[in-house]
Amino acid sequence: MVDRSGTPLVELEDIAISFGGIKAVDHVSVDLYPGEVVGLLGHNGAGKSTLIKCLSGAYQMDSGEIRINGQKATIHNPRDARSYNIETIYQTLALADNLDAASNLFLGREITSPAGFVDDDVMEAETRKIMGRLNPNFQKFSSPVSALSGGQRQSVAIARAVYFNAKILIMDEPTAALGPQETQMVAELIQELKRQGLGIFLIDHDVHQVKALCDRAAVMKNGQLVGTVDVDAVSTDDILAMIIAGKKPEHLAA
Amino acid sequence: MSENMPEKKQSIVQTLELDMRLIGMIGAFIVICLVFNVATDGRFLTPRNLFNLSVQTASVAVMATGMVFVIVTRNIDLSVGSMLGFIGMTVAALQVQVLPDLLGLGHWSIWIIAAVAAMALGAVLGAFQGWIIGYLMVPAFIVTLGGFLVFRGAMWWVTKGQTQAPLDATFRLMGGGAEGTLGESLSWIFGGVAAVVAVALILLSRRRKVGHGFTVKPVWAEALLAAILAGLIICFVWVMNAYPIPKGAMKRIAAAEGIEYTDTLVWNHGVAIPVVILIAVTAVMTIIATRTRFGRYVYATGGNPEAAALSGINTRLLTVKVFALMGALTGISAIIASARLNAVDVGLGTLDELRVIAAAVIGGTALSGGFGTIYGAVIGALIMQTLISGMASVGVDAPLQSIVVGIVLVFAVWIDIVYRRKTGVV
Ligand SMILES: Nc1ncnc2c1ncn2[C@@H]1O[C@H](COP(=O)(O)OP(=O)(O)O)[C@@H](O)[C@H]1O
Ligand SMILES: [Mg+2]
Repeated sequence: MVDRSGTPLVELEDIAISFGGIKAVDHVSVDLYPGEVVGLLGHNGAGKSTLIKCLSGAYQMDSGEIRINGQKATIHNPRDARSYNIETIYQTLALADNLDAASNLFLGREITSPAGFVDDDVMEAETRKIMGRLNPNFQKFSSPVSALSGGQRQSVAIARAVYFNAKILIMDEPTAALGPQETQMVAELIQELKRQGLGIFLIDHDVHQVKALCDRAAVMKNGQLVGTVDVDAVSTDDILAMIIAGKKPEHLAA
Repeated sequence: MSENMPEKKQSIVQTLELDMRLIGMIGAFIVICLVFNVATDGRFLTPRNLFNLSVQTASVAVMATGMVFVIVTRNIDLSVGSMLGFIGMTVAALQVQVLPDLLGLGHWSIWIIAAVAAMALGAVLGAFQGWIIGYLMVPAFIVTLGGFLVFRGAMWWVTKGQTQAPLDATFRLMGGGAEGTLGESLSWIFGGVAAVVAVALILLSRRRKVGHGFTVKPVWAEALLAAILAGLIICFVWVMNAYPIPKGAMKRIAAAEGIEYTDTLVWNHGVAIPVVILIAVTAVMTIIATRTRFGRYVYATGGNPEAAALSGINTRLLTVKVFALMGALTGISAIIASARLNAVDVGLGTLDELRVIAAAVIGGTALSGGFGTIYGAVIGALIMQTLISGMASVGVDAPLQSIVVGIVLVFAVWIDIVYRRKTGVV
């Protein structure tokens, strides 16, 4: 069981952001504790990616507050988010297709020699190490990532988030491009990171997966939060009902 | 995640890890040279012609290295020819009208002031265009089209259209010519050092890779590459050192240096100073492209601007820097071009933007962004200049030259597209 007596690791409070007239995220509040996995669910366009992009610094929210370990956090860009040890696996993977795996893994945080030049050999060696742990079959270290399969690209994006010792991990549909076996590897990784005390926001369409991996599930519809539930207290049908109907089932509404 | 690469039997090209595009370009260059050599009864591949070719290539090639970064970041710069003219005119006016009055005619520092001014002016003008593109979000095509008109017009205003000549004697050395070379002995030293450095870099890189336990090329392959590279450098110096300085120029130089001139004296040109500048620029730009964060961000931004921004890269500031660098290189080219002609008229640099873009594109820079090499652009410039000079030497008239260069450009890009599709690198 996750201990929720202390200060939350992340508190997203009353977050709102709109694009033109569309309220992509409409006053949503969610929190996350250390060692906890919170699932974010909802139809396409519900606002899940937009919400987590406010936390990762990709978007600037119109209103609301983000607190990390109880302290108000100012996140204006991805660099700020990284300084709070927030790492993100984007739905689009956000890889530069023309660069190799190591260059992508270290993009924006290159290892440099004392003279200030990027040290590709050291970065490749580090990449080989982490890939050896995450995806031992991965061999294409010198090809641009455009030459990789969907699963291999996904593992590069995952490696990038895991390598830098994140405390807060955001995973936006990390298994979308993966087969069953690879999905299982990601599931095991999530459990291992959770044991290490990371807080993880996991966006996933597979309700069974959410039931299995997450502690709580937050459901969104049309930019609004339908509700946050303890996954052990609900059935998959309850969660599906929340996604589709956009309201909490009667027996939970108390 | 289960795609293991099966061990395949490798061809020689794969073993050498050679870039097919590079081989293709060098092959094209050799074929063009041979064809013109036959067509001119052996007058094309002479030390004299190759020396002139190297000097004529320098100005466009220097700018082409900067254009690689511009195009890799999905931009374009149509203003470089006009900017070259404007900088050339300004710096010429500085040498002809301003500095002699302040410092005295022929003062030793005039060339330094002029050269620094040229690069600084280019960097500032480029940065300003980059700022409009990056921060005000006006497309590069429009901003630099504006620059193309503005700089050409401004060039006229600098001197009310008057041609500026002659330039400072030391400044002029940067344009090549009989005096503007390293001379024989210095050329040999230059070539020797360059060859040693090239071989040392190959060895160092190999040792680092072995240290990390990566697989490396077989020793014979590495040795062959090093030998070819060193051989090419030495060969180039040898050819440049085989072009005698004409008698008239020799008398002039001998008089200036207080050496008694006799008819038995033979001096050779050696490597031209603009070519030395080009080699230095190529080396520095290659290091920037492959070994610095800035270079890495240029390619990342070109490959996926959104991913670059999400990685914390300030892509707007990067645009400013890329155009500032393009401007500074245009300043260097302005020095070479004006020094070579020893005069600047209002036509200087006309159409250079198209030659520069064509050089970068022939050299494999993709207009869709993300791909392009510095050496490719330099070879692209060399191929174009070879075509132009070659056609001139077989008596092809100017209109037909334009037609041929235009067709070659489109053909080269088509080949490149087919090649990319075949190799899966889009
Ligand atoms: N950059 C943007 N510009 C305009 N509209 C956007 C932008 N990002 C997201 N939206 C809109 O916000 C809404 C929520 O999208 P998103 O967060 O991607 O949904 P989800 O991840 O839940 O599928 C959608 O209507 C989408 O079109
Ligand atoms: Mg989404």
